[in-house]
Order: sequence, then C-alpha cells, then structure tokens
Amino acid sequence: MRNYPSQKPAEVYFYGTCLVDLIYPEAGVSAIRILEREGIDVVFPQGQSCCGQPAMNSGYVNESLAVIESQLDLFPKDIPVVIPSGSCAGTMRFDYPRLFKGHARESHVNALAERVYEFTEFLNRVLCVRLEDLGRPTRVAQHVSCSSRRTMQVAEEGTGLLNQLAGVTLLEQARAAECCGFGGTFAIKHDEVSSAMVQDKVDAISATGAEQLVTGDCGCMMNIAGHMRHRGIDIECMHIAEFIWKRCYAKD
Amino acid sequence: MQKIKNSFNERSHIELQNPLIRSNFRRAMDGLMEKRKAQFPDEAELSRLRDLAAAIRQNALAKLPELLEQLETRCRQNGIQVHWAQTTDEACEIVLQIAQKHDARSVIKGKSMVSEEMDLNRFMEAHGIECLESDLGEYLVQIAGETPSHIIMPVIHKNREQIAQLMADKHGTPYTDDVNAMTQNARALLRDKFMQADIGISGVNFAVAESGTLCLVENEGNGRMSTTTPPVHIAVMGIEKVVERLEHVPPLLSLLTRSATGQHITTYFNMITSPRKPGEKDGPGSIHLVLLDNERTSMYSDAELRDTLRCIRCGACINHCPVYTRVGGHAYGAVYPGPIGKLVTSQMYGMEVAGDLPTACTLCGACGEVCPVKIPIPDLLKRLRQESVEGHAVKQAGARKKLIEAMVWKTWAILHRSPVLYRLMTWSVTRMRWMIPAKMGKWTISRQMPAVASRSLHERLEVLHNEENKV
Repeated sequence: MRNYPSQKPAEVYFYGTCLVDLIYPEAGVSAIRILEREGIDVVFPQGQSCCGQPAMNSGYVNESLAVIESQLDLFPKDIPVVIPSGSCAGTMRFDYPRLFKGHARESHVNALAERVYEFTEFLNRVLCVRLEDLGRPTRVAQHVSCSSRRTMQVAEEGTGLLNQLAGVTLLEQARAAECCGFGGTFAIKHDEVSSAMVQDKVDAISATGAEQLVTGDCGCMMNIAGHMRHRGIDIECMHIAEFIWKRCYAKD
Repeated sequence: MQKIKNSFNERSHIELQNPLIRSNFRRAMDGLMEKRKAQFPDEAELSRLRDLAAAIRQNALAKLPELLEQLETRCRQNGIQVHWAQTTDEACEIVLQIAQKHDARSVIKGKSMVSEEMDLNRFMEAHGIECLESDLGEYLVQIAGETPSHIIMPVIHKNREQIAQLMADKHGTPYTDDVNAMTQNARALLRDKFMQADIGISGVNFAVAESGTLCLVENEGNGRMSTTTPPVHIAVMGIEKVVERLEHVPPLLSLLTRSATGQHITTYFNMITSPRKPGEKDGPGSIHLVLLDNERTSMYSDAELRDTLRCIRCGACINHCPVYTRVGGHAYGAVYPGPIGKLVTSQMYGMEVAGDLPTACTLCGACGEVCPVKIPIPDLLKRLRQESVEGHAVKQAGARKKLIEAMVWKTWAILHRSPVLYRLMTWSVTRMRWMIPAKMGKWTISRQMPAVASRSLHERLEVLHNEENKV
C-alpha cells in the first residue's frame, strides 16, 4: 500500500473528470463540498478538461498526449490532486509515468502522479473522516470499478466509508470483483459482449435486493444505470460522493 | 497457421447466441478461479513467487539468443537433433521430413499448443500420415472436428453430457455420462494407438539451456506415453520456452500448475534429456527438437512487447477474463484465446487480420492480477491498440487506422486541449441537450442514454464561487 501523508493537507486540487463535468456534475459538487466541510481549501483549476484516457485506450496516443500536456501545468502547488474516479486517477497515477518515460517532462509527470488520490482513498486514508449518518435506513449495493480495485487498489476505501454509515445496510453481490462491461469504447466496439457483461452485473446487483447502487466511478455508473433503466429496474444509482454528501452533510 | 475467419464481433455473436456456451464456460471458469485461489492462501508467498518467476523469465528473455545456442549445443551433446523453423510451414515441413525418413504411417500426439499453432494434424494427414491426439481433451476436440477452446482444457466448451453424446456417436458405444466409464473407454482405444504409433509428438513446457533438458507437464500420462513408447519422439516448442538453469524450473512449475488448474503438482512431470542409451529399457531411439519462431523474434525485438514472451501458458488470464467467460475460446479465431491470445495472435497474424483482438477488452486488469510471471497484459493491449492505428513494431502496424475514427480523436484532442474550446463545447452541449437523441448507435441497444447536465461542473463552481464572494 502507498504511504499516505501523516498530516491533513490544508489545500487540495480537485480534478473533476470530463464525465462528471458534463453528465454527473452533482458528484463533483458533492465531493468538493465534503472536502470543504472537512476543512480543506479546494482549488478547481478551470483549465481542466480530460485526463486523456479515452484516446489513449483507443490507441490514439498522440491525440491523448496533446490533451495530457495541456493538463500538466494545472497543478503547480505541491498539494494533493483529488479525483472522483478510480479510472481517471489511475490514468494520471500510472499511465502518465509510463507514457512520459524518457520524455523531457518525465520528472514533472512523476511528481504529479505521486500527488494523485482517488476520492474515497483521500477521504478514508488521508483525511480519516468520521462520518455521521443522518439519512434514512437504506439497503445499498456497491460497485467498485476495476480501476479502483486493481489499478488504484482502493477497493476497501469506499466500503470503509459506507460501513461508517449507521443507516446503510451494505449488501454483498455475487462476483463483485467482475467487470461491469463498460471499458470505454469497448462498450461500442464490442457492444454484444459488453451487453452480456452488464446484464450479468445488473442481475447480480438486483439479486441483492438493494434500493440504491453506490459507485466511485461514473463510467461504470453510466453503463450500469443505463442498462437498469433499459430493463426498467428501479435502483437508484449514485456516485459515492453525492451519496455521502446527501446523507451526512446536506441536512445540517 | 490456420486462417482467421471473420471478425471477433462476428465470431462472438455466434457464441453469444448459444446459452450452453455461456453456462459451460461460466461454470468451468468459476471452478478454476476457486481452485487457483485455494492454492494461494498466503498473499506474501504468492507475491514473492511471482516476483521470482517474472525475474526468471525476464532473465531468460534478456539472454534469449545465447540461451538458445546453449540449448542447441547441450541437446546435440545429449543426442537430441535440433531443427529451427522460422514459420509454421517450415516447422510442419521439418516434422514431415522426419516422419518420411522413418517411413511413418501414424503419429500419436501429446498435448502441444505449438503443434496447434502449426495446424500440424491437418498438414500431416494431407500427406497421408495419421495424427492422433492422445490428451483426452484434445482427442475429443479432434473426433468432434473442432479446435481447442482453451490452452489447458481444450474441450472445456462442452459439458459432460455433450461429451458423453460425442463419444457414443463417434465410438458407436452405448451412451454413458459416467466419467470413469468414459475415461476407460478412451483409454482402451488409445492404448493400442500408443503401441502402434511410429512417431510420438509432444510440446515442451520448459527447455533448460544449461542441461539440454526438455520438461513436459501433464496429468494423464499421455505425454509420457507419447514420448517413450514410439521409436521416434519429436518435440515442438516456441523459442521463448527456454530457461537458463535447472534450478529455474521448480518455481515456474509450481506457479504453472497452481495457476492453471489449482493443482499443487501435476500427476506427471517429464524431464527428457536424451534418446534411449545402450542398456536402457525404454525410450525412443531418436529425439528431435523443433524450435519455432513464428513472429516471436519480432515480439522479442520490441522492449515492451517482449513481455509477451514471458508467458508460461498456464491459462490463468483466460480463466479470469470476463470477456472469455462470455464468448469462449472459439471467438478468438485462432489457437490462443483470452488475454494472452489477444497479445499473441494479433502479433503473429498482424493487425489487419487480428487487430480487433486487443480492443475486445475492458482493460479490467483481472488477467494481469493473476499472471504468474507478471506480464502487464493491459498495458501491452493498450500498446497493441496503438500499434493497430499508428504503430511501427508489429506486422501490419497501422492497418486498422480508419479515417473517421482518426478524425474523431483529432477533433476530440483539439476540443480538450484548449480551455476556451472545451468550455465552448460543454456550454453548447448543456444548452442544446434537448437535441441529443434518445437512441444513439450501439450504446442504446441495451442501455438508455445518460442525461447531459443542464450546467457543467465548471459552470456550477463558477456560480457557487460568485455567490460566496457576494456573501
């Protein structure tokens, strides 16, 4: 496991991600509000757009690099960069150093990668937040993205946060560690296989009897919630930041 | 090599229509994942072993040319004849010539994926030489007229009842789905074939350079029978299978069997070092080793793609792949399926023919997590995606670049690298979200469209900040 700073930082950068920006801004606003409520000054660099992952994973590395280079100077201060997505955090933390190996900006990129934290990781490990649940009792299933689980290795962090919530019954699902079938352009390029995967994932979530699905990655959520709506399955899907904000902070 | 027919999507479409495929693979893969997990209760031990095994394989690949020369020298000293083949056609030709020299009419085969890669059975039979598989799974695939769907368990796409029916049909024996009875049935048939065969062909799991030892891992004893009963033994191997020292074998073997089938050790482990010597009671009179390249040198030449060659063919990546679990092995179109197949096949066949394989992956990372030699499979798949559109290192690199897709990414880059254009784009999309159709291509075949927000996060935060400043 990585070494976490022993002192709570006074200030962080927030990197919203392109998906949160356009589809799920509530997740971003919630995450920022939680951080602020925990006494952190949050800097949101307005020049941010996308971490570059979509083009990179499609093989268009030059196009990806063009976007990545436009993001590299958005975080000049030596403070954490918090990202509400294991996928985008994983790109910055592990793909950037890989792509910039031997490049003039290698050390700059490596230093940036070191400062990148996924949101639940930052809340649980760096801030060590103590959450007080003000919400109604609810049955919740959790989806941990593959990048949170395997790339960032923060699968336990979201669970740790949800377990602090007295009103939340966290339900186990079959094959929780299996991919939901999103995979970015995979969902389009290989739609039939992707559909078979998300179908199984939604079956497993539904079988838990959950009322709500909580996840730390909006890509998976778009896929899972999109398929649930398609099948008329009524499980509310929410980013974990929004879920925690609404239950623990919004009412006071 | 067999030709690849159709695209991954066309092939997987067929497999996805078959509910038996889904359930057979799901059940089998669930079982294999459980078995592997039970073999590694100690995370620290697993991590130490994987580091060691990765280092052994990396070391062997770093010294590959020298080790191959050493292997050849040692084998020759041991009395094993060594042949080199650049292509599968050459390898087939070499095997045929050996067979013809010995006036062979029939060949019995132990399990070998390289011989599958060579499409050897078909080639030999076209030249009038019977080639019979003696691994039970391979045998069943052969009598069914199919190809293996897994590198370790060739017939895993069939359940017990399907296999029982196949045996009843092909052997003309009464239907039984009792596993022991079925095994005895096949055993009785194969026994005679072992005794009659003129040549035995096997694969190689590890070839030890310092001693010229060929190691063969198996469970049924058919490998031992194929390599000891017939008067001639031909071993076929990919050039990457060499390791430097004998002491490198035990850790690799331990990880191989535990990762593959969840066995602590297989029933048989053969170490073949020479033909029968004067005074010895058994063993073939002559042994040939055929070393096959088939694009492996090309993989070796690229520092990153070289990691493909670390593979010890345990199949753990396949067993843990959520895509493979849905579509099965035949959807991959060639001999090696699953994540490792995507790496190997796309590089062997080139990007024009097999460049769609690296994209057939969500990059979930389950494969890399279990790989006993720590091949960074997702990273290599990303690299191969790059090779397919703008690369230089792989056969037919760049062949899958499509004008429209390239323009989409160019435009994407222009919009996302400029804060002004990006904000203009998000402003427009949020204002014109009512124009976004409810159905959008393949996404909405099984999903609804996500709703674009009325204001982007950028805007929401600007508004919030302005409000705070007023207070």
